[in-house]
Amino acid sequence: MKDDRLPRGKTIDLTCIICPVGCTLHVSSSPAGVSVLGNRCSKGAEYGAKEITHPERFLQSTVLLLGSATERRLPVKTDGPVPKDKLFDVLKEIKKVHVHVPVNMGDVIIKNVLGLGVNVVATRTIEN
Amino acid sequence: MLVAVVGGGPAGMAAAVAAKNAGADNVLLIERAERLGGVLPQCIHSGFGLNYYGRDLTGPEFAEYLRQDVMQSGIEVWLNAMVIEAHHDKTLVVSKPDGISFVRADVIIFAVGARERPRGAIAIPGTRPAGIFTAGTAQYMINVQGLNIGNDVFMLGSGDIGLITARRLTLEGAHVHGVAELMPFPGGLARNIQQCLKDYDIPLFLSHTVTEVLGKDRVEAVKVAQMENGYVVPGTEKLFPVDTLILSVGLLPEAELIKQLGLTILPYTGSAAVDQYFQTELPGVFVVGNGAGIWDLVDNVATSASVAGEASVKQFYEPSQEATLEPCGDIRVVLPQRIAIGVNNPPRIWFRVKRPLGVCSVALTCDGKTIARKGYASLRPAEMAEISLKLEQYNVIEPGDNLQLTVTPL
Ligand SMILES: Cc1cc2nc3c(=O)[nH]c(=O)nc-3n(C[C@H](O)[C@H](O)[C@H](O)COP(=O)(O)OP(=O)(O)OC[C@H]3O[C@@H](n4cnc5c(N)ncnc54)[C@H](O)[C@@H]3O)c2cc1C
Ligand code: SF4
Repeated sequence: MKDDRLPRGKTIDLTCIICPVGCTLHVSSSPAGVSVLGNRCSKGAEYGAKEITHPERFLQSTVLLLGSATERRLPVKTDGPVPKDKLFDVLKEIKKVHVHVPVNMGDVIIKNVLGLGVNVVATRTIEN
Repeated sequence: MLVAVVGGGPAGMAAAVAAKNAGADNVLLIERAERLGGVLPQCIHSGFGLNYYGRDLTGPEFAEYLRQDVMQSGIEVWLNAMVIEAHHDKTLVVSKPDGISFVRADVIIFAVGARERPRGAIAIPGTRPAGIFTAGTAQYMINVQGLNIGNDVFMLGSGDIGLITARRLTLEGAHVHGVAELMPFPGGLARNIQQCLKDYDIPLFLSHTVTEVLGKDRVEAVKVAQMENGYVVPGTEKLFPVDTLILSVGLLPEAELIKQLGLTILPYTGSAAVDQYFQTELPGVFVVGNGAGIWDLVDNVATSASVAGEASVKQFYEPSQEATLEPCGDIRVVLPQRIAIGVNNPPRIWFRVKRPLGVCSVALTCDGKTIARKGYASLRPAEMAEISLKLEQYNVIEPGDNLQLTVTPL
């Protein structure tokens, strides 16, 4: 994966991924600041600006689940965004853990993963 | 009164809860798998629930919310129970671990979902080695079974399920060499092209297809070429050394049980014609969710299935009191295809276009007369769009009218 952090004075075109409308954003940064065009709402402007300075993503994966008669994996997600260049490091941490049933949706599986200020939480309730 | 719901995916759960809330005495939810949720437990990514629950949820979370509603509503749930026959008198034959059961229902709601188009449906030449999966099966194996399905992957088809699977495979450490799409435009949503392919530098080859699969026991490579008017463009063939080919070439409604009831199957949805309550021509028999036509957003599946669930406990109208609706020109699919008249409840019409369109206007017409019109900034084949009729527009429609939905680029 390439690093999307661009030097100042650059322009990128990208699709806003915040909602299914998928506006095409034209983002440029200059010493005067960042400008975003093409967004239909303010969330898109925020996303576009972030994308050119410090891109982030929510991450979902699964962890090994023990003790369940029917399920072998527990789906998990980060409860906040992770810097894009840290995604694979967080995945490595997720791969290290395993969980026993019962688990509830929302249970914290890894607290403050890699000190990034976000938790990895369960996205499914599996009682047994 | 017994409402039997076949299929415990989002459509079935939403319909069952709505039926119970609308006053059905007994609601029975029959699911063949060992869990409720349909395809949602395998869709571990986010992007669900923005409309239905007002927040961004993953598939398992969306299913969990619905499951909690089911559990709290006093609905009887049968798991590991498969409906193997459906009869005209609304009897269902159910195969369960403890034997065969007969269910005599007053209302049946089919919420059986869709199946993926298999490789045979797209006829790729070459050998038949191991290592070829449909996207949904690959997603199930990775996310639910925790299996590693391959290290070097090529994907045919750019539907959303495939794009999301390509990202999952990349995050799991596989190398996705590329995605080929026969059409000149991507099949999936623009946001998925961005966040699943561009984010990970996975190339997308539009107007390309897989022309040959090579390999004896396991896939060893695929040949990919550019296509023009159905023919390979000479000199454009590329060889990708992959061990896995994933097909993301679309879904077909599961229509076996509906066919048993003798209902006509529409060629463009692959399922029975429904009215605005998702009732078929057989009063008291409803078809919802992906079993009625392919929806892209689970939010719309849950919303529309709730309409059916609620209607299922109300009085049924006379079938003669209806108009028909068909897609025209660049409109590929329309739901409902029949409109019940005189129920004082203007319908919501869902549709899908054949090709990407910019600013355009969609019109509901009858004999050249426009009944309703709505403008759109853009319409894409990947997205189901809707047009809601106002009461005064609905009141113009008469029994026996043949309505048409058309789109005009502006
Ligand atoms: C792989 C995949 C990925 C998707 N990703 C997204 C996404 O990212 N975002 C989004 O909004 N939507 C997504 N969707 C769409 C959304 O999940 C579907 O629209 C929705 O799940 C359809 O719900 P359903 O209840 O109609 O069907 P399903 O979820 O398929 O449920 C049908 C259920 O019926 C059961 N069943 C079938 N036949 C019988 C029988 N004879 N007896 C008993 N039970 C039976 C099945 O076991 C299944 O549980 C995806 C769909 C698929 C297939
Ligand atoms: S800019 Fe706003 S409307 Fe457009 S895709 Fe982003 S969030 Fe959606």
